[in-house]
Amino acid sequence: MLADKDRIFTNLYGFQDWGLKAAKKRGDWDKTKNLIAMGNDAIIDEMKASGLRGRGGAGFPTGLKWSFMPKESKDGRPSFLVINADESEPGSCKDREIIRHDPHKLIEGALVAGFAMRARAAYIYIRGEYIREAEVLQKAIDEAYAAGLIGNNACKSGYDFDVFMHRGAGAYICGEETAMIESLEGKKGQPRLKPPFPAGAGLYGCPTTVNNVESIAVVPTILRRGASWFSSFGAEGNHGTKLFQISGHVEKPCVVEEEMSISFRELIETHCGGIRGGWDNLLAVIPGGSSVPLVPAKDIIDCPMDFDGLKGVGSGLGTAAVIVMDKSTDIVRAISRISYFYKHESCGQCTPCREGTGWMWRMMERLRTGDAAIEEIDMLQQVTKQVEGHTICALGDAAAWPIQGLIKHFRPELERRIHEHNAQFAEAAE
Amino acid sequence: MPKVTVDGQELEVPAGATVLQACELAGKEIPRFCYHERLSIAGNCRMCLVEVKPGPPKPQASCALPAAEGQEIRTDSEMVKTAREGVMEFLLINHPLDCPICDQGGECDLQDQSVAYGRGSSRYDANKRAVTEKYMGPLIKTTMTRCIHCTRCVRFSEEIAGVDEIGALYRGEDMQITTYLEQAASHELSANVIDLCPVGALTSRPYAFEARPWELKKTLSIDVSDAVGANIRLDSRGREVMRALPRINDDVNEEWLSDKARYQVDGLTKRRLDKVFMRKRGKLTESSWDEAFKAIAKAKPGKNIAAIAGDLVDCETMFAAKALLGAMGSTLLEGRQTGMDYDVSNLAAVNFNSGFAGIETADAILIVGSHVRWEAALVNARIRKAVKNGAKVFIVGPEWDPTYPATFLGDDLAVLNRIPKALGDAMKAAERPAVILGGAALAKGALAPALKLVDKFKLVRDGWNGFNVMHFSAARMGGLMLGYAQKNGMADIVKAKPKVVLSLGADEMDFEPFADSLKVYIGHHGDKGAHAADIILPAASYAEKDGTYVNTEGRVQFAEKAVFAPGDAREDWTILRALADALGVTVGFDSFDQLQAAMMKAVPALGDEGLADYGDLPKADAKAKAEGVISAYPIKDFYLTNPIARASAVMQQCSQELLHADEMLEAAE
Repeated sequence: MLADKDRIFTNLYGFQDWGLKAAKKRGDWDKTKNLIAMGNDAIIDEMKASGLRGRGGAGFPTGLKWSFMPKESKDGRPSFLVINADESEPGSCKDREIIRHDPHKLIEGALVAGFAMRARAAYIYIRGEYIREAEVLQKAIDEAYAAGLIGNNACKSGYDFDVFMHRGAGAYICGEETAMIESLEGKKGQPRLKPPFPAGAGLYGCPTTVNNVESIAVVPTILRRGASWFSSFGAEGNHGTKLFQISGHVEKPCVVEEEMSISFRELIETHCGGIRGGWDNLLAVIPGGSSVPLVPAKDIIDCPMDFDGLKGVGSGLGTAAVIVMDKSTDIVRAISRISYFYKHESCGQCTPCREGTGWMWRMMERLRTGDAAIEEIDMLQQVTKQVEGHTICALGDAAAWPIQGLIKHFRPELERRIHEHNAQFAEAAE
Repeated sequence: MPKVTVDGQELEVPAGATVLQACELAGKEIPRFCYHERLSIAGNCRMCLVEVKPGPPKPQASCALPAAEGQEIRTDSEMVKTAREGVMEFLLINHPLDCPICDQGGECDLQDQSVAYGRGSSRYDANKRAVTEKYMGPLIKTTMTRCIHCTRCVRFSEEIAGVDEIGALYRGEDMQITTYLEQAASHELSANVIDLCPVGALTSRPYAFEARPWELKKTLSIDVSDAVGANIRLDSRGREVMRALPRINDDVNEEWLSDKARYQVDGLTKRRLDKVFMRKRGKLTESSWDEAFKAIAKAKPGKNIAAIAGDLVDCETMFAAKALLGAMGSTLLEGRQTGMDYDVSNLAAVNFNSGFAGIETADAILIVGSHVRWEAALVNARIRKAVKNGAKVFIVGPEWDPTYPATFLGDDLAVLNRIPKALGDAMKAAERPAVILGGAALAKGALAPALKLVDKFKLVRDGWNGFNVMHFSAARMGGLMLGYAQKNGMADIVKAKPKVVLSLGADEMDFEPFADSLKVYIGHHGDKGAHAADIILPAASYAEKDGTYVNTEGRVQFAEKAVFAPGDAREDWTILRALADALGVTVGFDSFDQLQAAMMKAVPALGDEGLADYGDLPKADAKAKAEGVISAYPIKDFYLTNPIARASAVMQQCSQELLHADEMLEAAE
């Protein structure tokens, strides 16, 4: 279990005030000027050494991502940092806790990260439904401006840096980095083609890096305590601490900061009071938010909760939104509901996702009641394969994976329903 | 020049090419829906997927992927085949099986590609999506259930037309393409989205359920609705022209066509002059060719005969009339019906010298007295391209909406004498400065003072001539080459008091001063000219005769005959040839070939398809001063500029609905 002294988010539960004064007491904005004085490249090197991987789901090394930004502007274009607070993945709720209880960690992180990548300003794109959170964040930004922590000559470092908050309008797809950029520009939130990558031409055609809230909020603490401190947690290649969000059939669902690579069993036992009805009652777990494939109980129990460990069981860490399902769950219905979500949130730009998500959901609805033929399971599997990897952004993949996970692990259940359903009608026909 | 391998075939492709272009260079067909050469890349249909190594182990959209050194591209692998089948299946699951009742049938990309790349059967048995129709104006018919969301129409209106009037609403499978608030698309190029639409979602409203593409005879022709000379294809069935479509010509119209050129063709069957008429006791009554010719001969014009060329006539007609007048001993030829009298001693001075393709590369443009959007919609799209590449545009004349940022310098032509600083600076900094002089400026005598700008702005440089005159009559340049110009314009003709006036489809002129002359109208539509005429000889429209046309950039182009003229109407040159017999003179040709040969002998430039060479610009008159105020542009209504368009029900509807909608609303109240 992570010791209290090693926690980065010390006000995760909002027991203290979120304001600037309280934040300073917790150590935020403490000699930020010195962090900036380290210099751009030193900060990036430190981040690389810390082994921090992006907390938004894909797990790309954060320091490396920053190093793609241009060292100097050859044509006068400024660089931008965009912070992704459009937390809409079903199961995820970590950024919300950070923003409403520790917004200054994020703002300080924005300044330091923005400085490191030579950005002129940071845009925080916050999910539209986060109304109170947006209010808190805006107040925190105002506080920071008033205290001279950001703006011209931020923290008296001589660096000019602005932070803007932009509220989304409730589209899941705007959490995709290029769709977020489109949305920030005032356009319809639809992912862009890559290349060009945002680091070359992003927001308003300028070099842009898009980072998750958690990735940015941990930066000042990592720099203060050193890369080696951060990398002392977790297995090789999966370093650091992480906010886990456990929901579903556990005794006490919670958001908790834990060491990476903690085993699933330990995570649940320590923080959530165990599985509802005991470990034998565990059916399956979706370990990283709705877009990753589910993992059946036997595979997950002793699996290390990190990027590589979960990849090993055919799933992924995603945003570490752990959705626990016990045996009372109608697993087909659960996945069908997820399919509906993706059908609803597909932006409609490219063909496979626009047409495929609807097809998959309708198919899932029939499998839920068993109103299908056995061969249709294979057909559905093929359809998911036709969507996966054929789309502009990863939403197509995200819609395909949960179904693939279901078919892989719960095919007998699907077949049972079909047989039962068809038997019922066979009797009626006689 | 990166070297790539396509299906084992190694080839070099131009730098900046995409993988799709590389495949095409290798002779491989890549299916596509959203990709279009002249629009930005959207990459959303996913039909053009190919396998590319090195790269992720999944198919890549070839339209959006730059070709890079050493790429190994496969278009024939199993992965590509399944990817195409998959995308095709997705496109079809919500596409209605409308083909038998769809106007796109037979020329539908989706049809063709599903045959070539589809699976052959569907596994989808749920209900298909239905989408409500959208209203896009009198030209575009929508059946949005058929839409495959390729967004070509959206990109066209945004990028080429420059109006944000088509866009996508909602998301996912509920996404719909629509015009904002379902207003009619009101742009002169709007109907091009019909050609762009790869399926039957946007089809032609006037052409709805009229014909199938395989029943149509296709004739290569030239548009006469303006002086751009857009290359068109006339599709006809029997004696009727069913539709006009653009042909690809990168130098002229790229592959676009203005709405007027496209939809005036229904006017070809309305208000037609299909019999000979003579005015008897003040009333036009039916007559015969014999009687008419006798009446003309009876007038004994001698050399007191004049010919006025209309805006739509071809060079052959004008040459035949010139030959006839020549035989009679007259040179009273004029084509500038509204009385313009600019100097035509050097045709380079009244030519669009930059060329349409050239104006795209200009970096500072001064437009004087031209409503380019209405006078040459396709050229306006070119100027828009130049502006997108950074060109600055200044306009002298009343304000209009150019669809690109432009600075209006007021209505007073005196601004040409004292150049404002912003304009001067822009022209000085420009590498390819251009001036475009329109009809409104020519009418105010601005040609001579504008020529002074050639030196001032250094419009003529190595490989660049930036002095342009924009005409909007299809017959203008050809007429000027054939000498249809008097020193003082129409005034000279009036002064000569001709006994007989031959009006070659001249409908814009003032017949008042010719009250004492015998007015013979040789034309095809019962319009202003016919109303004023004493004798009407029914002739052929541009669709009903072979002919040569010269556009405003001096490009000689040849149009072919698509259909026969209705009723008693004859091709113009035969009428003039017969008239020569009636008047007892010889013109030296008995067939169209002989006529053309004679014309080419007289004006060799008319024999070569392509740009005519008018030589260098004349020296400017240092004393010329620009004066006068441009109070209005000559075109008052884009949709009704010529007799064919005025006869067209579609054009009338467009005019009412798109240009005069406010008045209609008021009237209704």
